[in-house]
Amino acid sequence: MSLDLHFYSWSLVTDYLFRGFVFSLKLTLTATFFGTVIGTFLALARLSKKTYISHPAAAVINTMRAVPLVMLILWFYLLVPLFIGRSIGAELSAYITFSIFESAFFAEIIRSGIQSLPRGQTQAAQALGLSNAQVLRYVILPQAFRQTIPILLTQVIVLFQDSSLVYAIGAYDWLKGFEIAGKNYGRPVEAYLLAAISYFTMCFILSRIVQELKSRVSFNGSEA
Amino acid sequence: MIKIKDVSKSYGSFPVLKSCTTSVGKGDVVVICGPSGSGKSTLIKTINALEPIQSGEIWVGDTPVHDTRTDITKLRAHVGMVFQNFELFPHLSVMDNLTLAQIKVLGRTSDEASKRGLKYLERVGMAAHQHKFPSQLSGGQQQRVAIARALCMDPVVMLFDEPTSALDPEMVGEVLDVMTTLASEGMTMLCVTHEMGFARRVSNRVIFMDHGAIIEDCSSKDFFAKSEERSPRARDFLAKILSH
Repeated sequence: MSLDLHFYSWSLVTDYLFRGFVFSLKLTLTATFFGTVIGTFLALARLSKKTYISHPAAAVINTMRAVPLVMLILWFYLLVPLFIGRSIGAELSAYITFSIFESAFFAEIIRSGIQSLPRGQTQAAQALGLSNAQVLRYVILPQAFRQTIPILLTQVIVLFQDSSLVYAIGAYDWLKGFEIAGKNYGRPVEAYLLAAISYFTMCFILSRIVQELKSRVSFNGSEA
Repeated sequence: MIKIKDVSKSYGSFPVLKSCTTSVGKGDVVVICGPSGSGKSTLIKTINALEPIQSGEIWVGDTPVHDTRTDITKLRAHVGMVFQNFELFPHLSVMDNLTLAQIKVLGRTSDEASKRGLKYLERVGMAAHQHKFPSQLSGGQQQRVAIARALCMDPVVMLFDEPTSALDPEMVGEVLDVMTTLASEGMTMLCVTHEMGFARRVSNRVIFMDHGAIIEDCSSKDFFAKSEERSPRARDFLAKILSH
C-alpha cells in the first residue's frame, strides 16, 4: 500500500476542514470563557468558610473531574431530551457540556492561584477598608489570574484537543472534517495522517506561545 | 483615643491574649515589645479587627470594634496599618497602590487621590518612583511606600507591625526616619518593634508583653532608666536585646 496525497488541496480545506475548524475553535473559546467565569465562582465557593457553600462546590468539582469527558458529552446529549422533551442539537449540547466540564478544571487552577498568594495581601487590603468583594476583585483575583494564566492556557490547549470527542454525538468538528474528506476521497489513512499533522502543528505552536507568556507574566522576580 | 479592656483571645485551648487592658491617647507613640510569640502582633491587629477577639472591649474613638454591628470596613479605612512584609500589591504601580483604597473606599476622584498620593510620596521621599512596580523597589523603599499608602487614608492612628524586621540592616534607618518624622508631627502610633533605640528616642510609652499578657505598661523613660523597677521577665528581655 502506498500513500496517495493527491487530494491534499485547497478545496479540501474549503469544502471539508474549514467548517469543522471553526466549530472546534468556537467550542474551545466558548468553553474557555464560561469555564473561566463559572470556574472563578466555583473556586470562590469552594474556598468559602461556610460549609453549605463549599461542600456542594467541592462535590460538583470532584464529580466533573472524575467523569470521563466523552461520557459526560454522551449523557448530556442523550438525557436532556428526556427531560425537556426535545433534542437541543449536538452543537449546543457540546457548548454546554464543555463549559461545565472546563469550569471544574478551571476552578481548581484558580483556587490554587488564590491560595498561593500570601495571606498578608488579603490583610493589607482589608486594613485599607476594602470590603471582602473589593479585596477579591481588585487585589486577589487579578494576582491569582496572572499567576495561573500559563496553566489556564495549557488547559485550553488540552481542551482544543478534547474538542474532537464530540465525534461521540456526531457534531461536525475539525477531526470530523478530515474523516469525511477521507471517506469521500476513499483515502482515510491519508486524511487521518493530515489530521495528526494539523493537530500537532496547531497545539505545538500554541504551547510555544504559552511558554513565551510564562516568562513574561511573572512579576519580574518580586519578593517570594 | 484607643481603649482596650480585658481583651482575651485563644486558638483552641491555647491563649494568645490574656485579658489585656491599656489605652492610648491622641498623639501617643507607644512601642509594644516582647519575645516572639508573646501576642504583640495579635494585639495590634485586634484594633482594626484583623484578629477577632473572644472577650473584652476595644474602642477606637467612639467606635466599638468588638461590637459585631459595627461597620468594620469604615473603621479600617481610618486606621492605618503597616506590615512586616510591606504587602504592597505587586500587580499595581506605586501610585495605583496609593490610590486604590482612596477611590474605592473613600470615594475620592482619581485626580484627588493621585494628588494626595503624590503629596505623601514626597513626604516619604518616594515621589520619583511613583510609576514603578513594587518589585522594582528595595525593601526599605517598599516599606516607605506602604507607610504613604496608609497615610493617604487620613488615619486617626497608625499601627506598625514590626515594620523593620524584614529589612536589610542598611534600610532600617530610612524607615525609622519616616516614622520619627510622623511621631514628631503628632501622629498617634502603636509600633510593634524590636528597635529599642527608636523606643527610647521616639516613643513616650512602652508596653512589654509576654505569653499573651501585658507585663509592663509605663513611660519609655521609666522603662529604660529605672530597670530595677521592671519585672524580671522584662529585665531579662532588655538584657538580651541591649547586649548586642
